Amino acid sequence: MDVTFSVNGERVRLDVEPRHTLADTLREDCGLTGTHLGCEHGVCGACTILVDGEPVRACLMFAVQADGSSITTVEGLAGEDGQLHPLQEAFVAHHGLQCGFCTPGMLLSALHLLDTDPDPGRTKIREEMSGNICRCTGYQGIVDAVDAAAAALRAEEPGDLGS
Amino acid sequence: MKCAPFDYVRAATVDDVVTALADADGDGKILAGGQSLVPILALRMARPAVLVDVNRIPGLGGVRPDGAGDGAAVHVGALTRHSALAAQSHHPLLAEAARWIGHTAIRSRGTAGGSIAHADPSAELPVVAVGTGAVVTVSGPGRNRSVSADELFAGALMTSLGEDEMIIGIRFPVPQRWGFAEFARRHGDFALVTAVVAEIGGTVRIALGGVGSVPVRAAAGEQVLATGGTAAEAAAAASAELRPTADMHGSAPFRQAIAAEMIRRALAQARIDR
Ligand SMILES: Cc1cc2nc3c(=O)[nH]c(=O)nc-3n(C[C@H](O)[C@H](O)[C@H](O)COP(=O)(O)OP(=O)(O)OC[C@H]3O[C@@H](n4cnc5c(N)ncnc54)[C@H](O)[C@@H]3O)c2cc1C
Ligand code: FES
Ligand code: FES
Repeated sequence: MDVTFSVNGERVRLDVEPRHTLADTLREDCGLTGTHLGCEHGVCGACTILVDGEPVRACLMFAVQADGSSITTVEGLAGEDGQLHPLQEAFVAHHGLQCGFCTPGMLLSALHLLDTDPDPGRTKIREEMSGNICRCTGYQGIVDAVDAAAAALRAEEPGDLGS
Repeated sequence: MKCAPFDYVRAATVDDVVTALADADGDGKILAGGQSLVPILALRMARPAVLVDVNRIPGLGGVRPDGAGDGAAVHVGALTRHSALAAQSHHPLLAEAARWIGHTAIRSRGTAGGSIAHADPSAELPVVAVGTGAVVTVSGPGRNRSVSADELFAGALMTSLGEDEMIIGIRFPVPQRWGFAEFARRHGDFALVTAVVAEIGGTVRIALGGVGSVPVRAAAGEQVLATGGTAAEAAAAASAELRPTADMHGSAPFRQAIAAEMIRRALAQARIDR
């Protein structure tokens, strides 16, 4: 079945089997392996991406359902010149990752959080990030990183975070 | 962890859905938010031949007031996402309940119709439906019908819906006073026990989720309140009446104790705390 969507600003046209999830299609057909698959049933959050600006479990959506949408994956965070997004910088600086498996999902969840609330505070950060599981860091570094990124982004461009 | 093959039908109208389901002859499933169905398919606990995607049917999402005064209610379209339900202000009890469903990425896809149709005994919206006396509008071959929440829930993950029927909306009465309390192991987990208190037309209704295969009204607790008893007495009576099943998440007496406490909290939130 034919689908057309845009991934990180680039138009993609594919012929996919209906049973292929958006996560599999991004990884296998688009070569974007930054979207990770942990549990493949919605629990771990590793596959979280943005579809039309909303956070979505890419393992719980079929690629055919994304026809006409605009998708953001972790590959879309850094600038054209390879400059890391402030969230990515903060994850590096604050030990927000260790093995990195959960990181793409963490980053996209955090991006949506900061898009909707530039100043969430640690309690809300914990609450909003609770849908993403990390086996390595113990979460403290992740909360620190999101908190620091929020401050950095507020200082950078008040009112508009971009994405 | 990959779904078995299926035929994909993208419905443009409710009629398309009913026709596609009838054509599938019992082997078709509606795909709404996919937040319960896709895990089931991935785990191969089901392998329907046809999936009918209802996400692009126009006009099925959104919450609008329906009736005023004592008969105040809201109509919730089947495709209303949990995130939209949490954000609306026409029905504060529904908004509060929706905030307890899973996580942000689940709420941005999951739908009210899907949650009611899935009939998970621990899910929030079915308890609100029973607690407020909601009525579900269902479309089937050649007819629409209305079914009360009580009659809809038939067992754990079971409803009285036909194989070729689709929920198109739910009418939730708006309570004058309400309370919502839930106990879950971790934030975003399915509830161990959910208590909903809703005062509608002068009558206080208490509904519980997670204590049986379907949401239940706590008749003994309601009776205590109707005859002038205190909130503590009502909570004790409601909990004494329960026969919860034990599982790895909690023993029967533990669930009973938690239920009493959740009822007490919901009554206090509703300011029915004499
Ligand atoms: C990690 C995780 C955590 C979750 N936590 C919670 C939680 O805490 N509380 C909670 O309540 N839920 C939770 N959920 C489930 C979520 O709320 C689902 O959105 C909901 O149960 C089903 O809605 P859906 O729109 O996704 O339906 P789908 O998954 O698309 O469908 C579910 C079932 O309903 C049927 N169906 C869907 N729409 C209709 C309709 N309009 N008419 C007739 N049949 C229909 C489908 O055929 C299917 O059988 C969680 C899910 C995940 C993955
Ligand atoms: S892989 Fe999608 S949530 Fe775990
Ligand atoms: S860094 Fe290893 S799972 Fe989170």
